[in-house]
Amino acid sequence: MIPLSYYLILSAILFCLGVAGFIIKTDVITVFISIELMLNGVNLSFVAFSHFLRDIGGNIFVFFVMVVAAAEAAVGLAIIIAVYRNRTTLNVDKMNLLKL
Amino acid sequence: MQVALFFIFATLAVAGAVNLLVQRAPINAALSLVAVMGALAVLYLLLGAEFIAFVQILVYAGAIMVLFVFVIMLLNAQPDEASHRSRVARIIGVPALVALLVEFAGFLATQFSDSPVRMGEYISSTEDLGMALFHQYLLPFEVTSVLFLVGLIGAVLLAARREDPPAAMPTAVSSSSAKTTPAELVIR
Repeated sequence: MIPLSYYLILSAILFCLGVAGFIIKTDVITVFISIELMLNGVNLSFVAFSHFLRDIGGNIFVFFVMVVAAAEAAVGLAIIIAVYRNRTTLNVDKMNLLKL
Repeated sequence: MQVALFFIFATLAVAGAVNLLVQRAPINAALSLVAVMGALAVLYLLLGAEFIAFVQILVYAGAIMVLFVFVIMLLNAQPDEASHRSRVARIIGVPALVALLVEFAGFLATQFSDSPVRMGEYISSTEDLGMALFHQYLLPFEVTSVLFLVGLIGAVLLAARREDPPAAMPTAVSSSSAKTTPAELVIR
Protein backbone atom coordinates (compact mmCIF):
# COMPACT_ATOMS: atom_id res chain seq x y z
CA MET A 1 0.00 0.00 0.00
CA ILE A 2 2.46 2.63 1.18
CA PRO A 3 5.81 2.43 -0.59
CA LEU A 4 8.80 1.93 1.65
CA SER A 5 10.31 5.06 0.11
CA TYR A 6 7.65 7.24 1.82
CA TYR A 7 8.83 6.16 5.23
CA LEU A 8 12.46 6.62 4.24
CA ILE A 9 11.82 10.09 2.80
CA LEU A 10 10.00 11.12 6.01
CA SER A 11 12.99 9.80 7.95
CA ALA A 12 15.36 11.84 5.75
CA ILE A 13 13.24 14.98 6.23
CA LEU A 14 13.31 14.59 10.02
CA PHE A 15 17.06 13.94 9.96
CA CYS A 16 17.74 17.03 7.81
CA LEU A 17 15.57 19.23 10.05
CA GLY A 18 17.54 17.90 13.01
CA VAL A 19 20.82 18.78 11.29
CA ALA A 20 19.49 22.27 10.54
CA GLY A 21 18.47 22.76 14.18
CA PHE A 22 21.84 21.50 15.35
CA ILE A 23 23.59 24.08 13.19
CA ILE A 24 21.43 27.21 13.48
CA LYS A 25 20.37 27.10 17.15
CA THR A 26 22.44 28.98 19.70
CA ASP A 27 20.86 27.51 22.83
CA VAL A 28 22.70 24.41 24.00
CA ILE A 29 19.51 22.64 25.17
CA THR A 30 17.84 23.18 21.79
CA VAL A 31 20.97 21.83 20.09
CA PHE A 32 20.62 18.74 22.26
CA ILE A 33 16.93 18.41 21.35
CA SER A 34 17.92 18.57 17.66
CA ILE A 35 20.23 15.59 18.21
CA GLU A 36 17.27 13.66 19.63
CA LEU A 37 15.28 14.60 16.51
CA MET A 38 18.04 13.15 14.33
CA LEU A 39 18.03 9.92 16.34
CA ASN A 40 14.26 9.67 15.92
CA GLY A 41 14.56 10.10 12.17
CA VAL A 42 17.08 7.28 11.99
CA ASN A 43 14.90 5.07 14.21
CA LEU A 44 12.00 5.43 11.78
CA SER A 45 14.08 4.09 8.90
CA PHE A 46 15.30 1.20 11.08
CA VAL A 47 11.72 0.18 11.88
CA ALA A 48 10.65 0.58 8.25
CA PHE A 49 13.48 -1.66 7.02
CA SER A 50 12.78 -4.14 9.80
CA HIS A 51 9.18 -4.40 8.60
CA PHE A 52 10.19 -4.58 4.95
CA LEU A 53 12.86 -7.27 5.38
CA ARG A 54 10.81 -9.28 7.94
CA ASP A 55 13.77 -9.14 10.30
CA ILE A 56 13.55 -8.41 14.01
CA GLY A 57 17.10 -7.02 14.04
CA GLY A 58 15.95 -3.51 13.13
CA ASN A 59 13.67 -3.36 16.16
CA ILE A 60 16.52 -4.56 18.39
CA PHE A 61 18.72 -1.83 17.00
CA VAL A 62 16.07 0.81 17.73
CA PHE A 63 15.95 -0.53 21.28
CA PHE A 64 19.70 -0.02 21.65
CA VAL A 65 19.51 3.44 20.08
CA MET A 66 16.93 4.38 22.71
CA VAL A 67 19.18 3.08 25.51
CA VAL A 68 22.13 5.06 24.21
CA ALA A 69 19.93 8.15 23.78
CA ALA A 70 18.76 7.87 27.39
CA ALA A 71 22.33 7.55 28.71
CA GLU A 72 23.43 10.39 26.46
CA ALA A 73 20.60 12.63 27.68
CA ALA A 74 21.43 11.96 31.33
CA VAL A 75 25.17 12.62 30.95
CA GLY A 76 24.72 15.52 28.53
CA LEU A 77 22.21 17.35 30.71
CA ALA A 78 24.51 16.85 33.72
CA ILE A 79 27.32 18.44 31.69
CA ILE A 80 24.99 21.31 30.75
CA ILE A 81 24.17 21.88 34.44
CA ALA A 82 27.87 21.83 35.36
CA VAL A 83 28.74 24.27 32.56
CA TYR A 84 25.87 26.57 33.51
CA ARG A 85 27.06 26.58 37.11
CA ASN A 86 30.51 27.76 36.03
CA ARG A 87 29.71 30.06 33.11
CA THR A 88 26.06 31.06 33.86
CA THR A 89 25.19 30.93 30.17
CA LEU A 90 23.49 28.48 27.84
CA ASN A 91 24.64 30.17 24.64
CA VAL A 92 26.95 27.93 22.62
CA ASP A 93 28.73 30.96 21.15
CA LYS A 94 29.87 31.94 24.64
CA MET A 95 31.07 28.45 25.61
CA ASN A 96 34.34 28.80 23.74
CA LEU A 97 36.88 27.91 26.40
CA LEU A 98 37.95 24.48 27.57
CA LYS A 99 39.39 26.10 30.69
CA LEU A 100 37.09 27.56 33.32
CA MET B 1 -7.33 4.34 5.73
CA GLN B 2 -3.77 3.23 6.27
CA VAL B 3 -2.54 5.76 3.71
CA ALA B 4 -4.61 8.48 5.35
CA LEU B 5 -3.16 7.62 8.77
CA PHE B 6 0.35 7.70 7.35
CA PHE B 7 -0.11 11.10 5.76
CA ILE B 8 -1.85 12.63 8.79
CA PHE B 9 0.89 11.58 11.21
CA ALA B 10 3.76 12.19 8.79
CA THR B 11 2.48 15.76 8.35
CA LEU B 12 2.20 16.07 12.13
CA ALA B 13 5.78 14.88 12.59
CA VAL B 14 7.18 17.26 9.96
CA ALA B 15 5.12 20.15 11.37
CA GLY B 16 6.47 19.43 14.86
CA ALA B 17 10.04 19.32 13.56
CA VAL B 18 9.61 22.61 11.67
CA ASN B 19 8.06 24.15 14.79
CA LEU B 20 11.13 23.00 16.73
CA LEU B 21 13.29 25.02 14.35
CA VAL B 22 11.06 28.10 14.34
CA GLN B 23 10.44 28.45 18.08
CA ARG B 24 12.98 30.45 20.05
CA ALA B 25 12.16 29.28 23.57
CA PRO B 26 13.71 25.90 24.54
CA ILE B 27 10.55 24.75 26.31
CA ASN B 28 8.55 25.11 23.07
CA ALA B 29 11.21 23.14 21.20
CA ALA B 30 11.04 20.34 23.80
CA LEU B 31 7.25 20.14 23.64
CA SER B 32 7.21 20.08 19.83
CA LEU B 33 9.70 17.20 19.98
CA VAL B 34 7.18 15.37 22.18
CA ALA B 35 4.59 15.90 19.41
CA VAL B 36 7.05 14.47 16.84
CA MET B 37 7.63 11.43 19.05
CA GLY B 38 3.90 10.80 19.48
CA ALA B 39 3.39 10.95 15.72
CA LEU B 40 6.33 8.59 15.17
CA ALA B 41 4.85 6.13 17.67
CA VAL B 42 1.71 5.89 15.51
CA LEU B 43 3.89 5.27 12.45
CA TYR B 44 5.68 2.48 14.35
CA LEU B 45 2.31 0.91 15.08
CA LEU B 46 1.49 1.12 11.35
CA LEU B 47 4.75 -0.75 10.72
CA GLY B 48 3.78 -3.47 13.20
CA ALA B 49 6.41 -2.61 15.82
CA GLU B 50 4.13 -2.52 18.83
CA PHE B 51 6.79 -2.80 21.54
CA ILE B 52 8.90 -0.06 19.99
CA ALA B 53 5.83 2.17 19.70
CA PHE B 54 4.97 1.89 23.38
CA VAL B 55 8.60 2.22 24.49
CA GLN B 56 8.77 5.33 22.34
CA ILE B 57 5.89 6.83 24.32
CA LEU B 58 6.95 5.55 27.75
CA VAL B 59 10.71 6.03 27.67
CA TYR B 60 11.32 8.66 25.01
CA ALA B 61 8.35 10.99 25.33
CA GLY B 62 7.86 10.14 28.98
CA ALA B 63 11.20 9.83 30.72
CA ILE B 64 13.79 11.49 28.49
CA MET B 65 11.69 14.52 27.58
CA VAL B 66 10.66 15.01 31.22
CA LEU B 67 14.40 15.16 31.99
CA PHE B 68 14.82 17.82 29.30
CA VAL B 69 11.87 19.88 30.54
CA PHE B 70 13.13 19.54 34.12
CA VAL B 71 16.57 20.87 33.17
CA ILE B 72 15.02 23.71 31.14
CA MET B 73 12.98 24.76 34.17
CA LEU B 74 15.88 24.23 36.58
CA LEU B 75 18.21 26.49 34.59
CA ASN B 76 15.40 28.93 33.71
CA ALA B 77 16.41 28.81 30.05
CA GLN B 78 15.45 31.99 28.24
CA PRO B 79 14.67 32.31 24.53
CA ASP B 80 17.94 32.36 22.66
CA GLU B 81 19.08 35.62 21.14
CA ALA B 82 19.82 35.60 17.44
CA SER B 83 23.49 35.09 16.83
CA HIS B 84 25.32 37.34 14.40
CA ARG B 85 25.07 34.94 11.49
CA SER B 86 27.30 35.48 8.52
CA ARG B 87 25.69 36.08 5.18
CA VAL B 88 27.65 33.21 3.67
CA ALA B 89 25.86 30.77 5.94
CA ARG B 90 22.48 31.99 4.76
CA ILE B 91 23.47 31.95 1.10
CA ILE B 92 25.21 28.58 1.09
CA GLY B 93 23.78 26.74 4.09
CA VAL B 94 20.09 26.63 3.25
CA PRO B 95 20.57 25.58 -0.40
CA ALA B 96 23.11 22.99 0.71
CA LEU B 97 20.61 21.51 3.18
CA VAL B 98 17.84 21.48 0.56
CA ALA B 99 20.23 19.87 -1.94
CA LEU B 100 21.13 17.19 0.62
CA LEU B 101 17.46 16.49 1.25
CA VAL B 102 16.62 16.37 -2.47
CA GLU B 103 19.55 14.02 -3.03
CA PHE B 104 18.36 11.73 -0.23
CA ALA B 105 14.74 11.80 -1.37
CA GLY B 106 15.60 11.27 -5.03
CA PHE B 107 17.76 8.27 -4.25
CA LEU B 108 15.19 6.74 -1.91
CA ALA B 109 12.28 7.37 -4.25
CA THR B 110 13.99 5.71 -7.20
CA GLN B 111 15.45 2.86 -5.18
CA PHE B 112 12.56 1.77 -3.00
CA SER B 113 9.44 2.98 -4.79
CA ASP B 114 8.27 -0.48 -5.91
CA SER B 115 8.45 -2.04 -2.45
CA PRO B 116 5.11 -1.64 -0.71
CA VAL B 117 4.74 -1.87 3.05
CA ARG B 118 1.39 -3.16 4.28
CA MET B 119 0.03 -2.85 7.76
CA GLY B 120 -0.31 -6.10 9.65
CA GLU B 121 1.50 -8.38 7.25
CA TYR B 122 4.48 -8.56 9.55
CA ILE B 123 4.02 -7.86 13.24
CA SER B 124 7.16 -8.01 15.32
CA SER B 125 5.62 -9.16 18.55
CA THR B 126 7.05 -8.47 21.95
CA GLU B 127 7.65 -12.20 22.38
CA ASP B 128 9.84 -12.37 19.26
CA LEU B 129 11.68 -9.26 20.37
CA GLY B 130 12.38 -10.72 23.81
CA MET B 131 13.55 -14.03 22.36
CA ALA B 132 15.94 -12.27 19.99
CA LEU B 133 17.14 -9.88 22.68
CA PHE B 134 17.93 -12.57 25.24
CA HIS B 135 19.34 -15.20 22.90
CA GLN B 136 20.99 -13.68 19.88
CA TYR B 137 21.74 -10.26 21.33
CA LEU B 138 22.43 -11.20 24.96
CA LEU B 139 26.00 -9.86 25.04
CA PRO B 140 25.10 -6.41 23.60
CA PHE B 141 22.21 -6.25 26.06
CA GLU B 142 24.52 -6.83 29.02
CA VAL B 143 27.08 -4.38 27.66
CA THR B 144 24.41 -1.69 27.39
CA SER B 145 23.43 -2.30 31.00
CA VAL B 146 27.05 -1.62 32.00
CA LEU B 147 26.95 1.48 29.79
CA PHE B 148 23.81 2.60 31.60
CA LEU B 149 25.47 2.13 34.98
CA VAL B 150 28.49 4.17 33.90
CA GLY B 151 26.19 6.87 32.53
CA LEU B 152 24.25 6.97 35.80
CA ILE B 153 27.40 7.35 37.90
CA GLY B 154 28.79 9.93 35.48
CA ALA B 155 25.61 12.01 35.57
CA VAL B 156 25.57 12.02 39.37
CA LEU B 157 29.27 12.95 39.56
CA LEU B 158 28.99 15.71 36.96
CA ALA B 159 25.87 17.34 38.34
CA ALA B 160 26.88 17.05 42.02
CA ARG B 161 27.74 20.35 43.63
CA ARG B 162 31.37 20.38 44.80
CA GLU B 163 31.57 21.17 48.49
CA ASP B 164 35.35 21.48 48.76
CA PRO B 165 37.02 24.55 47.24
CA PRO B 166 38.97 23.86 44.04
CA ALA B 167 42.59 22.96 44.62
CA ALA B 168 43.88 25.98 42.75
CA MET B 169 46.49 28.44 43.94
CA PRO B 170 49.07 26.03 45.42
CA THR B 171 51.25 28.87 46.74
CA ALA B 172 48.40 30.43 48.68
CA VAL B 173 47.46 27.07 50.17
CA SER B 174 51.03 26.37 51.28
CA SER B 175 51.38 29.78 52.92
CA SER B 176 48.08 29.56 54.75
CA SER B 177 48.41 25.92 55.74
CA ALA B 178 50.84 26.82 58.48
CA LYS B 179 48.08 28.72 60.28
CA THR B 180 45.35 26.10 59.94
CA THR B 181 44.89 23.75 62.86
CA PRO B 182 44.44 19.99 62.35
CA ALA B 183 40.74 20.37 63.26
CA GLU B 184 40.21 22.78 60.39
CA LEU B 185 41.97 20.38 58.03
CA VAL B 186 39.65 17.60 59.07
CA ILE B 187 36.63 19.81 58.38
CA ARG B 188 38.04 20.77 55.06
